[in-house]
Amino acid sequence: MTSVVDKRKNKFNRYKDLRENPTELLEPAIKPVKEYDAFDRIKDIADEGTFKEFEFNFPETNPLEFEGYVEKKEALRKENNCHDAIIAGECEIGKMPCVLAVMNKKFMMASMGMELGETFCRALEYAGEKRLPFIVFTASGGARMQEGILSLMQMAKTSAVVKRFKDEGGLYITVLTHPTTGGVSASFATLGDITLAEPKALIGFAGPRVIEQTIGQKLPEGFQRAEFLQEHGFVDAIVRREDMKEMLEKILMLHKNVYEGR
Amino acid sequence: MSAIEKVLIARDKDRPKITDYVDNLFTDFFEQKGDFLGKEDESIYGGIALFHGRPVTVLGHRKGRTVEENMACNFGMPGPEGYRKALRLMKQAEKFKRPIITFVDTPGAYPGLEAEMYGQAQAIANNLAEMSALKVPVISIVTGEGSSGGALGIAVANKVYMLENAIYSVLSPEGFASILWHDSARRDEAAEVMKLTAKDLYEFGVIDGIIDEADIFKAIDKQISSALKELDKLSADELKEDRYEKFRYFDEARVNASSVEEMEVV
Repeated sequence: MTSVVDKRKNKFNRYKDLRENPTELLEPAIKPVKEYDAFDRIKDIADEGTFKEFEFNFPETNPLEFEGYVEKKEALRKENNCHDAIIAGECEIGKMPCVLAVMNKKFMMASMGMELGETFCRALEYAGEKRLPFIVFTASGGARMQEGILSLMQMAKTSAVVKRFKDEGGLYITVLTHPTTGGVSASFATLGDITLAEPKALIGFAGPRVIEQTIGQKLPEGFQRAEFLQEHGFVDAIVRREDMKEMLEKILMLHKNVYEGR
Repeated sequence: MSAIEKVLIARDKDRPKITDYVDNLFTDFFEQKGDFLGKEDESIYGGIALFHGRPVTVLGHRKGRTVEENMACNFGMPGPEGYRKALRLMKQAEKFKRPIITFVDTPGAYPGLEAEMYGQAQAIANNLAEMSALKVPVISIVTGEGSSGGALGIAVANKVYMLENAIYSVLSPEGFASILWHDSARRDEAAEVMKLTAKDLYEFGVIDGIIDEADIFKAIDKQISSALKELDKLSADELKEDRYEKFRYFDEARVNASSVEEMEVV
């Protein structure tokens, strides 16, 4: 029989799990009321009061004239206080100036369409011009299906801009959060000079369901999780959310020679 | 012709395959195998050959024709090793200043256990990044199915063409219908909505031309020749810049509210 103490301990551990593995599915009873979102992230990572969001004036776009797409975006904009699924701006992290971009999965699973791709590119180009390090927190279901081939082409566009930024000596850091899949994982998310990931984040090209259907078998436990990727050599370090700011400060500090006399 | 009819033609097993294009358009083909990192992936076929007497690197997806061939080359669905092999060949082409010609025909990159384990996403991303900066002419021709990142992974080219019955899309119509409508049976409708035919892509400004299939090899030969003639006028740096600009700004008109858009930090 479980003692009262054990029960309390279990409960405590579950809360601890919640802090350590926020991406895990939790029992409804202990599910946080508000999901940790892109704005929470910016608040936790950027030095207080330093984040200045870039504002781009994008025209409405619906290249396939896909039914309901524009309406859906309009509703999500109101709900989420952002224009598409990425928020980018200039800030300081540990007093080091940098450009920070965070994907917002509450906006159509942060799928990548033209506006997202363009925002990413302009933010990165800004970092290139100003000689600032660039940090992106990725989370995405992949390409924005509603924009068809134009969403696929964002993969080539963003990758080309990353390549140029890196070739010009820029420090490009990616932090893979849950989930980073499809066209985003197969473009700018996996091109980092430094690649960090959150514990248990699902990271992969194909979705687990598609893989199971293709190979006709259940996937092993932990498949495509951050730890699995690290084991296979694709992640520098797995960093818990509460340690993330400190880790980024350390990495930026370790590159201080690059940005001295900037 | 409806979009789904195009899809079915593009997938037809009797359509010419990479080996047919190599045999009919090039001479003295020397096949190169392996990613030199631990594996050979038969779903990418490539090597060095002569195009009208000029050395070029040619590569593309290989689907195979017989069932045995299909199995051996995984129905044209590369794993990360395939993309790394393609990149190895392309980097070599750059070193020896050979133009690169790629033939695109894939249902997509392979969604398999080992493919994920060995970095499918990273392999494709790396090709996209590296191809964008190559300093030799790159010409890509979508000959059949150009599906998803698996197609794009060898198609970051100065000139991208499609055969008139080829398709090029973000995902298969079945996958598209499944994701957006939770019903893969609605693929015919999806094919229509997705705008995946050569004509659609030309109108989107994503491809540079459509190749007529009446006299298929002759038409491709002519298109490659004229593209090379045009690209030969550019220096190595200009070739890189030309490709970069193409992929950086292909959607410029759709993302710029006005022509004099300026970034404003508020």
